[in-house]
Amino acid sequence: MNIKRSNAYSQVTLSIIIALFIALIILPSFASNDVMERLTVLFIYIIMAAMWNTLAGFGGLVSIGQQLFLGLGAYTTIRITDMGISPFIAIVLAACLVGLLSWPISTFMLRLKAGEFAIGMWVLASIGHLLVNLDPLIQGETGISLIALNQYSIESRRLFIYLAALLSMSALLLGLFYVLRSRAGIAMQAIRDNEEAADSIGVDPERVKKWFFIFAAFGTALAGALWLAQASSFQPKTYFSVQWTAYMIFMVLVGGLGRFEGAILGALLFFAVETWFATAGVWYLVGLGAVAMLCSLFLPKGIWGAIESKLGITLVPVGYQVTGLTTDTLKNK
Amino acid sequence: MIINSLVQAILLGGYYALIACGLAFMFQVMRIINLAHGSLAILSAYLVWEITDALALSPFISVLMILPIMAIIGLLLQRVILERTTKGGELLPVLTTFGLAIVIDNLLFQQFGANTRSLSPYLGDLSWESYEIFDLWIGKLPVIVLITAIAMIGGLDLILRFTHLGRQIRATAFDPDTAGLVGIDARKIAGISAAIAMMTVAISGTALGLRGTFDAYSGGPQLLFAFEATIIGGVGSLWGVFMGGIILAIAQSIGALIHPQGFLLGGHLMFLIFLFARIYFHRDVFSLKHWLSKFNKEENVV
Repeated sequence: MNIKRSNAYSQVTLSIIIALFIALIILPSFASNDVMERLTVLFIYIIMAAMWNTLAGFGGLVSIGQQLFLGLGAYTTIRITDMGISPFIAIVLAACLVGLLSWPISTFMLRLKAGEFAIGMWVLASIGHLLVNLDPLIQGETGISLIALNQYSIESRRLFIYLAALLSMSALLLGLFYVLRSRAGIAMQAIRDNEEAADSIGVDPERVKKWFFIFAAFGTALAGALWLAQASSFQPKTYFSVQWTAYMIFMVLVGGLGRFEGAILGALLFFAVETWFATAGVWYLVGLGAVAMLCSLFLPKGIWGAIESKLGITLVPVGYQVTGLTTDTLKNK
Repeated sequence: MIINSLVQAILLGGYYALIACGLAFMFQVMRIINLAHGSLAILSAYLVWEITDALALSPFISVLMILPIMAIIGLLLQRVILERTTKGGELLPVLTTFGLAIVIDNLLFQQFGANTRSLSPYLGDLSWESYEIFDLWIGKLPVIVLITAIAMIGGLDLILRFTHLGRQIRATAFDPDTAGLVGIDARKIAGISAAIAMMTVAISGTALGLRGTFDAYSGGPQLLFAFEATIIGGVGSLWGVFMGGIILAIAQSIGALIHPQGFLLGGHLMFLIFLFARIYFHRDVFSLKHWLSKFNKEENVV
């Protein structure tokens, strides 16, 4: 019997990921402006999907209020740049502050169960929205622009935002990868597969859930701050809209709830769907809702879950893999 | 001035109780929080508007016509969606009903556009008629809504307590497996409960349309109001939910008195206070269920 933490696929995956990362780093030297702007959006989508997946897929916490962190990330960035700090430092600082704020929120909200937690988060997002509206700097629903970005030329601004999004995405995914491979991460995946097993593992699931919650809040706030840099204007209504959570849910459900690769696949699909069908307006949103609903009804592990169980492929090895286990080895034990 | 606000708040609370009782009922019986609750209420409001407009009827007649429609929708909701999702754990119902809410909202937007609608133009004089009591002007319509809320919650309560169906529903809510052992068809009961809940949703959607305006995306806020009233009232009792609705409305009115934008914040903060109380001072010590559930306790002993 053999227990490994990687396989032939994951070796290949690693080399592809490294090659892809290098390619994306040098891409700006020859890619068109449009391509860079679209890729920036894609990176932010991947962050959002991966963060919602961390919360729901690995932590078992379905939140309908992640727009709270998205909006607060953007708002805090506005506030910090207003004090004269460079926008790119402000983005990171804002995400850290929102992550910090999510700690007291978590001690409170994690006491709620399933549906109560889901809508409770939505109420919190609504409170966040209303409070931000009270800030005179934001001028109510009129909003404000991230004026601090004007100190950069359009060219270098585009490049910086692209790199910031790429690095944020890579760092968050890498962080998530290591968290999931840690003892606590493995335990959480075991709990996801079997609730009753929770206590027997010796890892306190409530503590791990709390860290997942904070990590997701930090990542989502970072996504909000990057979105602000990319869109350059802040209207509370847009950023605190429940639509963001709807997008996150779509990406994760379609890609594969609780699958590391699933969130990324879902973000890619969402990005493609958006590029082709966003002009369909309302029908596009009807379709998103319907597909998310159908996936949770008929394909609860999403497309990646189906691929994984059909073909036994794991590209990103977040667990242990047991090979060569036969009845003989069991008998010898 | 203050007394006037208080009276208006209690009347508004009647509407919140109306919209909350279907949500609370489904939560009690099926352990599901239906995130499409608000959107379904808006759907019924549009249906009533459509029938009223097309057939030149009174909205009070139209709502009777959509009750069976919403009951069938409730049955289908249970059979097609909820039944399947509840088997997959407690997270899937949240996701599917949220997906359903998105579908309903956007279909309504596609069909009816961005304009807000109201049912009050079809009411004639009733939409502005008021009672004058001690220098207070109290609109007849909000009073009708409040009385409807009391009648509906009272009716549901009576059904749950004294009818055969009610006993079956309570048994299923308490423990579906054991209920099955004593010959109760849990699947049938769940279907009936969903149908009942959707009929209350039809009435509350109509109440919303009569009292004010709605548009395709009004479902989300209505869900939040219903949820807040349910939590404030303590999840366990329908009369608790009634009080929850009134407390929510009073908190909103106080918020509005303090700050022009404070209406919603007041309600949200009251919700948080009750949530805090529930979490940190043991369950339901502050909540009204505690005082109102004496009857239930006696019954449980028997």
